[in-house]
Amino acid sequence: MHEIFTTRNNPHVDPFMTMWGWEIPVYLFLGGMVAGMMIIAGYFLFSGRHKESNCSCFSIPFTSFILLSLGMLALFLDLAHKLYVWRLYTTFQITSPMSWGAWILILVYPALIANILIRPPFWMTQRFPKLSEIAGKLQAHPFFIKNIGILNMILGMMLGAYTGVLLSSMGSRPLWNTSLLWVLFLVSGLSAAAAYVHLIAKNKAESELLAKADNGFLIVELFIFVMLFLGLMSSARPHLEAAQLLLTGIYASVFWVFVIGLGIVIPLGLQLLAVNHKIKHTPIAPIMVIVGGLILRFIIVSAGQYSHWFNAHFK
Amino acid sequence: MARYGMVIDTRKCVGCQDCVVACKTENNVPEGYNRDWIVTESFGKFPEINMEIRTERCHHCSETPCVSCCPTGASHIHDVGGVVLVTHEMCIGCKACVEACPYDARFIHPDGYADKCTFCIHRVEKGENPACVEVCPTYCMYFGDLDDPNSEVRKLLNSRKYHTLIPDAGTQPNIYYLV
Repeated sequence: MHEIFTTRNNPHVDPFMTMWGWEIPVYLFLGGMVAGMMIIAGYFLFSGRHKESNCSCFSIPFTSFILLSLGMLALFLDLAHKLYVWRLYTTFQITSPMSWGAWILILVYPALIANILIRPPFWMTQRFPKLSEIAGKLQAHPFFIKNIGILNMILGMMLGAYTGVLLSSMGSRPLWNTSLLWVLFLVSGLSAAAAYVHLIAKNKAESELLAKADNGFLIVELFIFVMLFLGLMSSARPHLEAAQLLLTGIYASVFWVFVIGLGIVIPLGLQLLAVNHKIKHTPIAPIMVIVGGLILRFIIVSAGQYSHWFNAHFK
Repeated sequence: MARYGMVIDTRKCVGCQDCVVACKTENNVPEGYNRDWIVTESFGKFPEINMEIRTERCHHCSETPCVSCCPTGASHIHDVGGVVLVTHEMCIGCKACVEACPYDARFIHPDGYADKCTFCIHRVEKGENPACVEVCPTYCMYFGDLDDPNSEVRKLLNSRKYHTLIPDAGTQPNIYYLV
């Protein structure tokens, strides 16, 4: 027998950690998806696709701006000491992924705004005619456009990676404590972004390209899952038990049905048939990918908090 | 530099919770929250069953994941004795330190900042013992400088068998349990 009894009953700490609620997974999802959208929009600018008048690279940055702001609002709502939020920007703590993230977000906004300025939305130029002049000047210099593309790709990578590093730096939570988590979140963010662009793209070739790219991302994501579980299961017992939480434990049904089944395998099947012209493209597949990405963040945050070094307590 | 730590004799601890009450009174810990607590662990196979009763709190680790993850520097190592503290007016309540602690020793105070055991540094700096140590009726708790070879805590560790909690997490905790 092995029984452990504690008199501690701190809110959101006992009987198991639930300190991070809905706000963090929503932020991680939106941050990851915006990261993917920045990489895709940046690539379109870099590769010259923006020369096509209906390129979705002109609508993506504005949507990214809105989504990232919503994500930051969620992050703000999560803070327990909200009036002190400015403290984040009076220091840079090199060992803290959250400090890195706060400063990366400060860099991401100018990159997004620069991307928006290349061709601002119609309502914006109507209200502020000066923006058309700036856009004209930017468009006259392909050098600027290429570099804004590169900047968006680099900062998108940093943003996407950071959302995973934030969790994986926590040695206290065995499920998160894997260096593959940032790769998983980056690829999942890219996949959700590709699904979104595939959904909204007006240019047919672009839509087809993104569907193919999304299939690639989904296959890579499945591969990362295999590697992540292999790593956890061949590690110490708390890590093995953390992997079992998702594979066979209390999170297994949600994980297999919503993340793997409805979030990856079924939309991948549908999109493979569509890109091979066996069926028509359907908006259901990309919507499933996006919702699957959100559920993935919820499960990882929740199960990660549940996973513990508890076994090591037992001598 | 001194390195403050605690040695707790699990053979003497009876789990009376006097330390818990003393901490709550000394530090105005709000109702429903605990900076220290009692753990009772039973293990073995009948008829050879063992039980260990111990008082737990923040381990004031030498390797501090709660300090390194703090984005504002609110969570820090105090100049005196390497005690891990939180500056309330610098804490934004992001909860990263609560998640980073393998001992789950932290919580969010109703006023919004991360809170935990301070080793009663306000008493220690005046030359007194932490409140929990002071009130223990079985004298099972010892507080002192682990780096001082003549301190009571170091002598106890030199003469008795002990264990720490979750050593595999690599935090090098500074609370030792005598067995």
